[in-house]
Amino acid sequence: MIADAVRGRVIARDGDVVRVRTATGDVEAPAGDLRPGDLIDGGAVVRGPGGDYPGPDAEVARLDGRRLVERARAIAALRGFFAARGFVEVETPLLVRAPALEVHLTAVEAGDGWLITSPEYQMKRLLAGGLERIVQVCKCFRAGEHGHHHATEFTMVEWYRAWAGIEDILADTEALVAEVVTAVRGAPIARVGGRELDVTAPWPRLNVAEAMQRFAGVTVRGDEPADELARRVDAAGIDRGGATAWDDVFFAAFVTKVEPALAAMDRPVFLLDWPVRLAALARRKPGQPEVVERFEAYVGGLELANAFGELTDAAEQRARFADDLAHRAARGRPQYPVDERLLAALAEGLPPCAGIALGVDRLVMLATGAAHIRDVLTFTSDER
Amino acid sequence: MYDTSDIRKGLKVLIDGNPYNVVEFQFIKPGKGAAFTRTKFKNLLTGAVIERNIRSGEKLEPANVEEREMQFLYREGEDLVFMDQKSFEQVSVAADLIGEAADLMKDNLPCYVLFFNERPVDVTVPTFVFLEVTASEPGVRGDTSGNVTKPATVETGAEIAVPLFIKIGDMIKIDTRTHSYVERINKQ
Repeated sequence: MIADAVRGRVIARDGDVVRVRTATGDVEAPAGDLRPGDLIDGGAVVRGPGGDYPGPDAEVARLDGRRLVERARAIAALRGFFAARGFVEVETPLLVRAPALEVHLTAVEAGDGWLITSPEYQMKRLLAGGLERIVQVCKCFRAGEHGHHHATEFTMVEWYRAWAGIEDILADTEALVAEVVTAVRGAPIARVGGRELDVTAPWPRLNVAEAMQRFAGVTVRGDEPADELARRVDAAGIDRGGATAWDDVFFAAFVTKVEPALAAMDRPVFLLDWPVRLAALARRKPGQPEVVERFEAYVGGLELANAFGELTDAAEQRARFADDLAHRAARGRPQYPVDERLLAALAEGLPPCAGIALGVDRLVMLATGAAHIRDVLTFTSDER
Repeated sequence: MYDTSDIRKGLKVLIDGNPYNVVEFQFIKPGKGAAFTRTKFKNLLTGAVIERNIRSGEKLEPANVEEREMQFLYREGEDLVFMDQKSFEQVSVAADLIGEAADLMKDNLPCYVLFFNERPVDVTVPTFVFLEVTASEPGVRGDTSGNVTKPATVETGAEIAVPLFIKIGDMIKIDTRTHSYVERINKQ
Protein backbone atom coordinates (compact mmCIF):
# COMPACT_ATOMS: atom_id res chain seq x y z
CA MET A 1 0.00 0.00 0.00
CA ILE A 2 1.45 3.36 -1.02
CA ALA A 3 0.84 6.35 1.18
CA ASP A 4 -1.08 9.24 -0.36
CA ALA A 5 1.86 11.59 0.11
CA VAL A 6 4.13 9.63 -2.26
CA ARG A 7 4.48 11.14 -5.71
CA GLY A 8 7.11 10.57 -8.38
CA ARG A 9 8.58 8.22 -10.91
CA VAL A 10 9.90 4.80 -9.98
CA ILE A 11 13.57 4.26 -10.74
CA ALA A 12 15.42 0.98 -10.45
CA ARG A 13 18.27 0.28 -8.13
CA ASP A 14 20.50 -2.69 -7.50
CA GLY A 15 20.00 -5.56 -5.14
CA ASP A 16 17.47 -6.47 -2.54
CA VAL A 17 18.64 -3.89 -0.02
CA VAL A 18 16.10 -1.50 1.38
CA ARG A 19 17.41 1.65 3.01
CA VAL A 20 14.78 3.17 5.21
CA ARG A 21 16.39 6.55 5.23
CA THR A 22 18.67 7.88 2.46
CA ALA A 23 21.09 10.79 2.43
CA THR A 24 19.08 12.53 -0.29
CA GLY A 25 15.79 12.20 1.56
CA ASP A 26 14.45 9.83 -1.12
CA VAL A 27 12.08 7.20 0.13
CA GLU A 28 12.88 3.60 -0.67
CA ALA A 29 10.54 0.67 -0.38
CA PRO A 30 10.31 -2.87 -1.78
CA ALA A 31 8.93 -2.52 -5.27
CA GLY A 32 6.22 -5.16 -5.22
CA ASP A 33 4.77 -5.04 -8.70
CA LEU A 34 6.12 -1.57 -9.49
CA ARG A 35 8.49 -1.25 -12.41
CA PRO A 36 11.01 1.40 -13.38
CA GLY A 37 9.24 4.14 -15.29
CA ASP A 38 5.94 3.82 -13.42
CA LEU A 39 4.49 7.04 -12.02
CA ILE A 40 3.16 7.13 -8.49
CA ASP A 41 0.60 9.83 -7.87
CA GLY A 42 -0.61 9.57 -4.33
CA GLY A 43 -2.22 6.19 -3.95
CA ALA A 44 -2.53 5.64 -7.72
CA VAL A 45 0.06 3.97 -9.91
CA VAL A 46 0.32 4.98 -13.56
CA ARG A 47 2.10 2.38 -15.67
CA GLY A 48 5.28 3.57 -17.41
CA PRO A 49 5.57 3.57 -21.20
CA GLY A 50 5.10 0.22 -22.89
CA GLY A 51 3.98 -3.05 -21.40
CA ASP A 52 7.57 -4.22 -21.05
CA TYR A 53 9.28 -0.98 -20.24
CA PRO A 54 12.99 -1.84 -20.29
CA GLY A 55 14.00 0.55 -17.54
CA PRO A 56 15.26 4.09 -17.74
CA ASP A 57 15.65 5.50 -21.26
CA ALA A 58 18.93 4.15 -22.61
CA GLU A 59 19.75 7.46 -24.27
CA VAL A 60 19.19 9.33 -21.02
CA ALA A 61 21.50 6.87 -19.31
CA ARG A 62 24.21 7.55 -21.89
CA LEU A 63 24.12 11.33 -21.55
CA ASP A 64 27.16 12.96 -20.05
CA GLY A 65 25.72 15.48 -17.60
CA ARG A 66 28.97 17.43 -17.41
CA ARG A 67 28.96 17.92 -21.19
CA LEU A 68 25.38 19.21 -21.09
CA VAL A 69 26.34 21.80 -18.49
CA GLU A 70 29.42 22.81 -20.49
CA ARG A 71 27.33 23.13 -23.64
CA ALA A 72 24.86 25.41 -21.84
CA ARG A 73 27.74 27.52 -20.54
CA ALA A 74 29.24 27.80 -24.06
CA ILE A 75 25.95 28.94 -25.57
CA ALA A 76 25.37 31.44 -22.76
CA ALA A 77 28.86 32.87 -23.40
CA LEU A 78 28.14 33.02 -27.12
CA ARG A 79 24.90 34.95 -26.61
CA GLY A 80 26.66 37.27 -24.15
CA PHE A 81 29.39 37.96 -26.70
CA PHE A 82 26.89 39.24 -29.28
CA ALA A 83 24.73 41.12 -26.77
CA ALA A 84 27.81 43.01 -25.57
CA ARG A 85 28.50 44.08 -29.16
CA GLY A 86 25.04 45.43 -29.85
CA PHE A 87 23.79 42.56 -32.03
CA VAL A 88 20.06 41.94 -32.26
CA GLU A 89 19.19 38.27 -31.86
CA VAL A 90 16.64 37.29 -34.50
CA GLU A 91 14.56 34.22 -35.25
CA THR A 92 13.67 33.49 -38.86
CA PRO A 93 11.59 30.53 -40.10
CA LEU A 94 13.12 27.06 -40.07
CA LEU A 95 10.40 25.74 -42.37
CA VAL A 96 10.69 27.52 -45.72
CA ARG A 97 9.40 27.42 -49.31
CA ALA A 98 12.81 27.93 -50.96
CA PRO A 99 15.79 26.22 -49.30
CA ALA A 100 19.41 26.98 -50.18
CA LEU A 101 20.36 25.97 -53.72
CA GLU A 102 23.96 25.13 -52.84
CA VAL A 103 24.88 22.20 -55.08
CA HIS A 104 26.10 19.80 -52.41
CA LEU A 105 23.39 20.35 -49.81
CA THR A 106 20.15 18.40 -49.61
CA ALA A 107 17.33 19.90 -47.56
CA VAL A 108 15.01 17.80 -45.40
CA GLU A 109 11.46 17.87 -46.79
CA ALA A 110 8.79 18.97 -44.35
CA GLY A 111 5.14 19.33 -45.24
CA ASP A 112 4.88 21.32 -48.45
CA GLY A 113 8.29 22.93 -47.90
CA TRP A 114 11.74 22.21 -46.55
CA LEU A 115 13.71 22.75 -43.36
CA ILE A 116 16.53 25.27 -43.74
CA THR A 117 20.12 24.16 -44.29
CA SER A 118 21.15 27.65 -43.08
CA PRO A 119 19.17 30.81 -42.23
CA GLU A 120 21.29 32.89 -44.66
CA TYR A 121 18.59 33.88 -47.19
CA GLN A 122 16.24 35.09 -44.47
CA MET A 123 18.95 36.94 -42.57
CA LYS A 124 20.11 38.77 -45.68
CA ARG A 125 16.53 39.94 -46.18
CA LEU A 126 16.63 41.41 -42.68
CA LEU A 127 19.81 43.29 -43.57
CA ALA A 128 18.02 44.69 -46.62
CA GLY A 129 15.29 45.75 -44.21
CA GLY A 130 17.74 47.96 -42.35
CA LEU A 131 19.04 45.93 -39.39
CA GLU A 132 22.80 46.41 -39.08
CA ARG A 133 24.04 43.76 -36.67
CA ILE A 134 22.05 40.56 -36.41
CA VAL A 135 22.72 37.14 -34.93
CA GLN A 136 20.73 33.93 -34.92
CA VAL A 137 21.29 30.68 -33.03
CA CYS A 138 19.12 27.98 -34.57
CA LYS A 139 18.81 24.40 -35.69
CA CYS A 140 19.67 23.62 -39.32
CA PHE A 141 19.04 20.38 -41.17
CA ARG A 142 21.10 18.70 -43.89
CA ALA A 143 19.89 15.39 -45.24
CA GLY A 144 22.37 12.55 -45.43
CA GLU A 145 25.07 14.18 -43.31
CA HIS A 146 26.24 12.16 -40.37
CA GLY A 147 29.70 11.39 -39.08
CA HIS A 148 32.23 12.44 -36.49
CA HIS A 149 31.66 16.12 -37.30
CA HIS A 150 28.22 15.99 -38.93
CA ALA A 151 24.67 15.45 -37.81
CA THR A 152 21.57 15.87 -39.96
CA GLU A 153 20.11 18.18 -37.32
CA PHE A 154 22.66 20.55 -35.81
CA THR A 155 22.95 24.00 -34.27
CA MET A 156 24.33 26.96 -36.16
CA VAL A 157 25.12 30.50 -35.18
CA GLU A 158 25.02 32.99 -38.02
CA TRP A 159 25.83 36.67 -37.68
CA TYR A 160 25.92 39.54 -40.14
CA ARG A 161 27.25 43.07 -40.11
CA ALA A 162 25.98 45.71 -42.54
CA TRP A 163 28.32 48.52 -43.58
CA ALA A 164 31.18 46.21 -42.71
CA GLY A 165 33.57 43.83 -44.44
CA ILE A 166 35.12 40.43 -44.06
CA GLU A 167 37.90 41.82 -41.79
CA ASP A 168 35.28 42.66 -39.15
CA ILE A 169 33.96 39.10 -39.30
CA LEU A 170 37.47 37.64 -39.01
CA ALA A 171 37.99 39.69 -35.84
CA ASP A 172 34.59 38.63 -34.43
CA THR A 173 35.36 34.96 -35.06
CA GLU A 174 38.75 34.93 -33.32
CA ALA A 175 37.39 36.82 -30.33
CA LEU A 176 34.21 34.71 -30.08
CA VAL A 177 36.01 31.36 -30.10
CA ALA A 178 38.56 32.53 -27.51
CA GLU A 179 35.77 33.88 -25.28
CA VAL A 180 33.58 30.77 -25.48
CA VAL A 181 36.47 28.35 -24.92
CA THR A 182 37.60 30.46 -21.95
CA ALA A 183 34.08 30.45 -20.49
CA VAL A 184 34.07 26.65 -20.48
CA ARG A 185 37.71 25.80 -19.79
CA GLY A 186 38.96 28.82 -17.89
CA ALA A 187 41.61 29.60 -20.51
CA PRO A 188 41.62 30.11 -24.31
CA ILE A 189 42.99 26.62 -24.83
CA ALA A 190 40.79 24.31 -26.92
CA ARG A 191 41.04 20.52 -26.77
CA VAL A 192 41.01 18.62 -30.04
CA GLY A 193 41.77 14.92 -30.51
CA GLY A 194 43.64 14.80 -27.21
CA ARG A 195 45.72 17.87 -28.15
CA GLU A 196 45.58 21.35 -26.69
CA LEU A 197 45.33 24.28 -29.07
CA ASP A 198 45.87 27.94 -28.23
CA VAL A 199 42.94 29.85 -29.75
CA THR A 200 44.03 33.34 -28.68
CA ALA A 201 43.54 36.01 -31.38
CA PRO A 202 44.93 36.86 -33.89
CA TRP A 203 44.88 33.59 -35.84
CA PRO A 204 47.33 32.83 -38.65
CA ARG A 205 45.98 33.29 -42.19
CA LEU A 206 46.60 31.44 -45.42
CA ASN A 207 45.04 31.94 -48.80
CA VAL A 208 43.65 28.95 -50.67
CA ALA A 209 46.14 29.15 -53.55
CA GLU A 210 49.07 29.27 -51.08
CA ALA A 211 47.70 26.32 -49.11
CA MET A 212 47.13 24.20 -52.25
CA GLN A 213 50.63 25.01 -53.49
CA ARG A 214 52.35 24.35 -50.19
CA PHE A 215 50.50 21.25 -49.00
CA ALA A 216 49.32 19.61 -52.23
CA GLY A 217 51.88 20.92 -54.71
CA VAL A 218 49.05 22.01 -57.00
CA THR A 219 48.79 25.44 -58.60
CA VAL A 220 45.20 26.74 -58.52
CA ARG A 221 44.17 30.02 -60.11
CA GLY A 222 40.45 29.41 -60.12
CA ASP A 223 39.79 30.21 -63.76
CA GLU A 224 41.58 27.22 -65.34
CA PRO A 225 39.53 24.54 -67.11
CA ALA A 226 38.71 21.39 -65.12
CA ASP A 227 40.89 19.11 -67.26
CA GLU A 228 43.88 21.42 -66.76
CA LEU A 229 43.41 21.28 -62.97
CA ALA A 230 43.00 17.49 -63.20
CA ARG A 231 46.37 17.24 -65.01
CA ARG A 232 48.07 19.24 -62.25
CA VAL A 233 46.49 17.09 -59.53
CA ASP A 234 47.61 13.92 -61.34
CA ALA A 235 51.11 15.36 -61.76
CA ALA A 236 51.24 15.93 -57.99
CA GLY A 237 50.56 12.21 -57.52
CA ILE A 238 47.16 12.70 -55.89
CA ASP A 239 44.42 10.11 -56.47
CA ARG A 240 41.37 12.05 -57.64
CA GLY A 241 39.23 8.89 -57.74
CA GLY A 242 37.95 9.50 -61.27
CA ALA A 243 36.70 13.03 -60.49
CA THR A 244 36.35 15.28 -63.56
CA ALA A 245 34.30 18.32 -62.47
CA TRP A 246 36.42 21.32 -61.40
CA ASP A 247 35.17 21.38 -57.82
CA ASP A 248 35.47 17.58 -57.38
CA VAL A 249 39.06 17.65 -58.65
CA PHE A 250 39.87 20.60 -56.37
CA PHE A 251 38.39 18.89 -53.30
CA ALA A 252 40.08 15.55 -54.06
CA ALA A 253 43.41 17.37 -53.58
CA PHE A 254 42.07 19.53 -50.76
CA VAL A 255 40.77 16.73 -48.53
CA THR A 256 43.76 14.46 -49.14
CA LYS A 257 46.52 17.02 -48.64
CA VAL A 258 45.36 20.39 -47.35
CA GLU A 259 42.85 19.43 -44.65
CA PRO A 260 45.23 16.98 -42.92
CA ALA A 261 47.97 19.64 -42.98
CA LEU A 262 45.64 22.23 -41.45
CA ALA A 263 44.53 19.67 -38.86
CA ALA A 264 48.15 19.11 -37.82
CA MET A 265 48.79 22.85 -37.17
CA ASP A 266 49.07 23.85 -33.53
CA ARG A 267 47.02 27.01 -34.07
CA PRO A 268 43.63 27.73 -35.63
CA VAL A 269 43.91 29.02 -39.19
CA PHE A 270 41.82 31.18 -41.49
CA LEU A 271 41.76 30.04 -45.10
CA LEU A 272 40.98 33.04 -47.32
CA ASP A 273 40.43 34.01 -50.95
CA TRP A 274 38.51 31.04 -52.34
CA PRO A 275 38.42 30.38 -56.10
CA VAL A 276 35.43 32.03 -57.77
CA ARG A 277 34.03 28.61 -58.70
CA LEU A 278 33.48 27.97 -54.97
CA ALA A 279 31.92 31.38 -54.40
CA ALA A 280 28.46 30.41 -53.15
CA LEU A 281 27.07 33.74 -51.85
CA ALA A 282 30.36 35.63 -51.72
CA ARG A 283 31.25 38.66 -53.80
CA ARG A 284 34.32 38.85 -56.01
CA LYS A 285 37.38 40.34 -54.40
CA PRO A 286 37.98 43.87 -55.69
CA GLY A 287 41.07 43.90 -57.94
CA GLN A 288 41.33 40.06 -57.94
CA PRO A 289 38.26 38.79 -59.80
CA GLU A 290 39.31 35.09 -59.91
CA VAL A 291 38.85 34.81 -56.13
CA VAL A 292 36.00 35.74 -53.82
CA GLU A 293 35.72 37.28 -50.36
CA ARG A 294 35.19 34.06 -48.50
CA PHE A 295 37.03 32.49 -45.58
CA GLU A 296 36.84 29.32 -43.59
CA ALA A 297 38.07 28.85 -40.04
CA TYR A 298 39.84 25.55 -39.28
CA VAL A 299 40.64 24.60 -35.71
CA GLY A 300 42.56 21.38 -35.16
CA GLY A 301 41.01 19.73 -38.21
CA LEU A 302 37.49 20.94 -37.47
CA GLU A 303 36.02 23.16 -40.16
CA LEU A 304 34.38 25.57 -37.78
CA ALA A 305 32.95 28.40 -39.86
CA ASN A 306 32.43 29.78 -43.33
CA ALA A 307 32.16 33.52 -44.03
CA PHE A 308 31.40 35.74 -47.00
CA GLY A 309 31.79 39.31 -48.03
CA GLU A 310 28.17 39.07 -49.11
CA LEU A 311 27.10 39.25 -52.72
CA THR A 312 24.59 42.12 -52.93
CA ASP A 313 24.07 42.25 -56.70
CA ALA A 314 20.63 40.83 -57.58
CA ALA A 315 21.48 40.11 -61.22
CA GLU A 316 24.65 38.18 -60.36
CA GLN A 317 22.82 36.34 -57.58
CA ARG A 318 20.08 35.30 -60.05
CA ALA A 319 22.74 34.04 -62.49
CA ARG A 320 24.46 32.03 -59.72
CA PHE A 321 21.14 30.49 -58.67
CA ALA A 322 20.53 29.41 -62.29
CA ASP A 323 24.04 27.97 -62.39
CA ASP A 324 23.50 26.11 -59.09
CA LEU A 325 20.23 24.66 -60.38
CA ALA A 326 21.95 23.49 -63.58
CA HIS A 327 24.70 21.83 -61.53
CA ARG A 328 22.11 20.23 -59.26
CA ALA A 329 20.27 18.86 -62.30
CA ALA A 330 23.51 17.54 -63.82
CA ARG A 331 24.26 15.65 -60.59
CA GLY A 332 20.73 14.36 -60.21
CA ARG A 333 20.12 16.37 -57.04
CA PRO A 334 16.65 17.61 -56.09
CA GLN A 335 15.54 20.91 -57.65
CA TYR A 336 14.22 23.66 -55.37
CA PRO A 337 12.37 26.89 -56.06
CA VAL A 338 14.49 30.05 -56.35
CA ASP A 339 14.02 32.38 -53.37
CA GLU A 340 12.41 35.30 -55.19
CA ARG A 341 12.00 37.15 -51.89
CA LEU A 342 15.76 37.22 -51.42
CA LEU A 343 16.29 38.39 -55.01
CA ALA A 344 13.67 41.11 -54.52
CA ALA A 345 15.42 42.25 -51.34
CA LEU A 346 18.77 42.41 -53.16
CA ALA A 347 17.14 44.39 -55.98
CA GLU A 348 15.66 46.74 -53.43
CA GLY A 349 19.15 47.40 -52.10
CA LEU A 350 21.36 45.60 -49.62
CA PRO A 351 24.13 47.64 -47.96
CA PRO A 352 27.67 46.26 -48.22
CA CYS A 353 27.79 43.52 -45.61
CA ALA A 354 29.59 40.43 -44.42
CA GLY A 355 28.37 37.40 -42.53
CA ILE A 356 29.32 33.99 -41.26
CA ALA A 357 27.89 30.63 -40.27
CA LEU A 358 29.63 28.83 -37.41
CA GLY A 359 28.85 25.30 -36.20
CA VAL A 360 27.87 25.57 -32.54
CA ASP A 361 28.20 21.84 -31.87
CA ARG A 362 31.74 21.88 -33.24
CA LEU A 363 32.54 24.92 -31.09
CA VAL A 364 31.27 22.98 -28.07
CA MET A 365 33.46 20.04 -29.16
CA LEU A 366 36.50 22.34 -29.08
CA ALA A 367 35.53 23.69 -25.68
CA THR A 368 34.87 20.26 -24.14
CA GLY A 369 37.39 18.05 -25.93
CA ALA A 370 34.65 15.81 -27.36
CA ALA A 371 35.87 13.61 -30.23
CA HIS A 372 32.48 12.97 -31.81
CA ILE A 373 29.63 15.42 -32.43
CA ARG A 374 27.30 12.85 -30.85
CA ASP A 375 29.06 13.50 -27.53
CA VAL A 376 27.81 17.09 -27.41
CA LEU A 377 24.29 16.47 -28.74
CA THR A 378 21.27 15.34 -26.80
CA PHE A 379 19.35 12.33 -28.10
CA THR A 380 20.94 11.68 -31.47
CA SER A 381 18.68 9.21 -33.14
CA ASP A 382 20.26 9.65 -36.57
CA GLU A 383 23.61 8.17 -35.62
CA ARG A 384 24.68 5.08 -37.47
CA MET B 1 26.47 -2.14 -56.18
CA TYR B 2 26.97 -0.30 -52.90
CA ASP B 3 26.55 3.44 -52.39
CA THR B 4 28.64 5.54 -49.98
CA SER B 5 25.67 5.46 -47.61
CA ASP B 6 26.03 1.65 -47.42
CA ILE B 7 29.59 1.91 -46.10
CA ARG B 8 29.94 0.41 -42.65
CA LYS B 9 32.49 -1.63 -40.75
CA GLY B 10 32.74 -5.14 -42.11
CA LEU B 11 31.27 -4.33 -45.55
CA LYS B 12 33.03 -6.52 -48.12
CA VAL B 13 33.85 -4.91 -51.46
CA LEU B 14 35.89 -5.64 -54.54
CA ILE B 15 38.69 -3.18 -55.41
CA ASP B 16 40.90 -3.86 -58.43
CA GLY B 17 39.80 -7.49 -58.37
CA ASN B 18 40.68 -8.07 -54.71
CA PRO B 19 38.29 -8.55 -51.80
CA TYR B 20 38.48 -5.89 -49.08
CA ASN B 21 36.79 -5.37 -45.75
CA VAL B 22 35.86 -1.89 -44.45
CA VAL B 23 37.71 -1.41 -41.16
CA GLU B 24 37.13 2.30 -40.56
CA PHE B 25 35.23 5.13 -42.22
CA GLN B 26 34.58 8.80 -41.68
CA PHE B 27 32.11 11.14 -43.36
CA ILE B 28 33.81 14.31 -44.54
CA LYS B 29 32.29 17.22 -46.37
CA PRO B 30 34.37 20.22 -47.30
CA GLY B 31 32.39 23.50 -47.23
CA LYS B 32 30.69 23.94 -50.63
CA GLY B 33 32.09 20.64 -51.88
CA ALA B 34 30.72 17.15 -52.40
CA ALA B 35 30.76 14.77 -49.46
CA PHE B 36 33.36 12.00 -49.23
CA THR B 37 33.61 8.93 -47.11
CA ARG B 38 37.23 8.52 -46.05
CA THR B 39 37.46 4.75 -45.83
CA LYS B 40 40.12 2.31 -44.68
CA PHE B 41 39.93 -1.07 -46.37
CA LYS B 42 41.78 -4.23 -45.40
CA ASN B 43 42.74 -6.65 -48.14
CA LEU B 44 41.22 -9.96 -47.08
CA LEU B 45 43.94 -11.93 -48.88
CA THR B 46 47.08 -10.06 -47.82
CA GLY B 47 45.96 -8.06 -44.76
CA ALA B 48 47.31 -4.85 -46.35
CA VAL B 49 45.33 -1.73 -45.40
CA ILE B 50 44.58 1.03 -47.93
CA GLU B 51 42.76 4.34 -47.56
CA ARG B 52 40.46 5.82 -50.19
CA ASN B 53 38.23 8.89 -50.30
CA ILE B 54 34.98 7.71 -51.86
CA ARG B 55 32.91 10.58 -53.26
CA SER B 56 29.15 10.52 -52.71
CA GLY B 57 27.63 9.05 -55.85
CA GLU B 58 30.54 6.68 -56.49
CA LYS B 59 29.67 3.00 -56.45
CA LEU B 60 31.46 0.11 -54.76
CA GLU B 61 31.31 -3.41 -56.08
CA PRO B 62 30.26 -6.07 -53.55
CA ALA B 63 32.79 -8.87 -53.10
CA ASN B 64 31.52 -12.41 -53.18
CA VAL B 65 33.07 -13.42 -49.88
CA GLU B 66 31.68 -15.53 -47.11
CA GLU B 67 33.10 -16.64 -43.80
CA ARG B 68 32.03 -20.09 -42.61
CA GLU B 69 32.65 -21.79 -39.32
CA MET B 70 34.35 -25.12 -40.08
CA GLN B 71 36.08 -27.81 -38.11
CA PHE B 72 39.59 -29.04 -38.88
CA LEU B 73 39.47 -32.76 -39.75
CA TYR B 74 42.89 -33.97 -40.82
CA ARG B 75 46.01 -33.16 -42.76
CA GLU B 76 46.45 -34.65 -46.22
CA GLY B 77 49.94 -33.96 -47.57
CA GLU B 78 50.23 -30.20 -48.08
CA ASP B 79 46.51 -29.68 -47.57
CA LEU B 80 44.35 -29.36 -44.50
CA VAL B 81 40.82 -30.68 -44.69
CA PHE B 82 37.93 -28.81 -43.00
CA MET B 83 34.28 -29.68 -42.63
CA ASP B 84 31.21 -27.45 -42.39
CA GLN B 85 29.35 -28.61 -39.27
CA LYS B 86 25.96 -27.85 -40.78
CA SER B 87 26.22 -29.07 -44.37
CA PHE B 88 29.00 -31.64 -43.73
CA GLU B 89 30.66 -30.26 -46.86
CA GLN B 90 34.44 -30.74 -46.85
CA VAL B 91 37.12 -28.47 -48.33
CA SER B 92 40.89 -28.78 -48.71
CA VAL B 93 42.97 -25.73 -47.87
CA ALA B 94 46.66 -25.35 -48.72
CA ALA B 95 48.76 -25.33 -45.53
CA ASP B 96 50.59 -22.12 -46.57
CA LEU B 97 47.31 -20.19 -46.29
CA ILE B 98 47.32 -20.97 -42.61
CA GLY B 99 51.00 -20.21 -42.15
CA GLU B 100 52.78 -20.93 -38.88
CA ALA B 101 49.66 -22.12 -37.10
CA ALA B 102 49.28 -25.10 -39.47
CA ASP B 103 51.24 -27.47 -37.26
CA LEU B 104 49.29 -26.49 -34.13
CA MET B 105 45.99 -27.77 -35.47
CA LYS B 106 44.40 -30.66 -33.65
CA ASP B 107 41.43 -32.66 -34.93
CA ASN B 108 38.04 -30.96 -34.48
CA LEU B 109 39.57 -27.49 -33.91
CA PRO B 110 36.86 -24.93 -34.81
CA CYS B 111 38.11 -22.34 -37.36
CA TYR B 112 36.68 -19.71 -39.70
CA VAL B 113 37.30 -20.36 -43.39
CA LEU B 114 36.97 -17.37 -45.73
CA PHE B 115 35.63 -18.09 -49.21
CA PHE B 116 36.16 -15.67 -52.11
CA ASN B 117 34.21 -16.57 -55.24
CA GLU B 118 33.44 -19.96 -53.62
CA ARG B 119 37.16 -20.72 -53.13
CA PRO B 120 38.76 -20.94 -49.67
CA VAL B 121 41.31 -18.10 -49.41
CA ASP B 122 41.99 -17.68 -45.72
CA VAL B 123 41.57 -19.48 -42.41
CA THR B 124 41.19 -17.82 -39.02
CA VAL B 125 42.56 -20.13 -36.37
CA PRO B 126 41.64 -19.62 -32.67
CA THR B 127 44.18 -17.36 -30.97
CA PHE B 128 44.97 -20.00 -28.35
CA VAL B 129 45.12 -23.79 -28.59
CA PHE B 130 45.64 -26.32 -25.80
CA LEU B 131 47.98 -29.20 -26.61
CA GLU B 132 49.64 -32.03 -24.71
CA VAL B 133 53.43 -32.30 -24.54
CA THR B 134 54.50 -35.63 -26.01
CA ALA B 135 58.29 -35.33 -25.85
CA SER B 136 60.75 -33.15 -23.97
CA GLU B 137 64.12 -33.63 -22.21
CA PRO B 138 63.97 -33.12 -18.44
CA GLY B 139 65.20 -29.66 -17.34
CA VAL B 140 68.75 -29.40 -16.03
CA ARG B 141 68.64 -29.15 -12.24
CA GLY B 142 69.63 -25.77 -10.83
CA ASP B 143 69.31 -23.96 -14.09
CA THR B 144 65.98 -22.31 -13.29
CA SER B 145 66.81 -18.62 -13.29
CA GLY B 146 65.72 -16.19 -15.97
CA ASN B 147 63.86 -17.12 -19.15
CA VAL B 148 65.59 -20.38 -19.79
CA THR B 149 63.65 -22.63 -22.16
CA LYS B 150 63.97 -26.03 -23.76
CA PRO B 151 62.34 -27.53 -26.84
CA ALA B 152 59.22 -29.66 -26.44
CA THR B 153 57.15 -31.56 -28.95
CA VAL B 154 53.35 -31.36 -28.68
CA GLU B 155 50.74 -33.88 -29.84
CA THR B 156 50.41 -32.33 -33.31
CA GLY B 157 54.15 -32.74 -33.89
CA ALA B 158 55.00 -29.03 -33.57
CA GLU B 159 58.09 -28.02 -31.59
CA ILE B 160 57.62 -25.25 -29.00
CA ALA B 161 60.07 -23.58 -26.64
CA VAL B 162 58.82 -24.19 -23.08
CA PRO B 163 60.05 -23.43 -19.53
CA LEU B 164 62.22 -26.07 -17.87
CA PHE B 165 59.48 -27.30 -15.47
CA ILE B 166 57.28 -28.60 -18.32
CA LYS B 167 57.10 -32.40 -18.41
CA ILE B 168 55.80 -34.99 -20.84
CA GLY B 169 52.01 -35.28 -20.39
CA ASP B 170 51.55 -31.59 -19.39
CA MET B 171 48.83 -29.64 -21.17
CA ILE B 172 50.06 -26.25 -22.38
CA LYS B 173 48.38 -23.16 -23.83
CA ILE B 174 49.95 -21.91 -27.08
CA ASP B 175 49.45 -18.58 -28.87
CA THR B 176 48.88 -19.43 -32.56
CA ARG B 177 49.82 -15.90 -33.72
CA THR B 178 53.34 -16.12 -32.31
CA HIS B 179 53.66 -19.95 -32.21
CA SER B 180 54.74 -19.60 -28.57
CA TYR B 181 54.10 -21.08 -25.14
CA VAL B 182 51.76 -19.09 -22.87
CA GLU B 183 51.20 -21.18 -19.73
CA ARG B 184 50.72 -24.65 -18.29
CA ILE B 185 47.14 -25.77 -17.84
CA ASN B 186 46.19 -27.78 -14.77
CA LYS B 187 44.46 -30.95 -15.81
CA GLN B 188 41.04 -31.38 -14.28
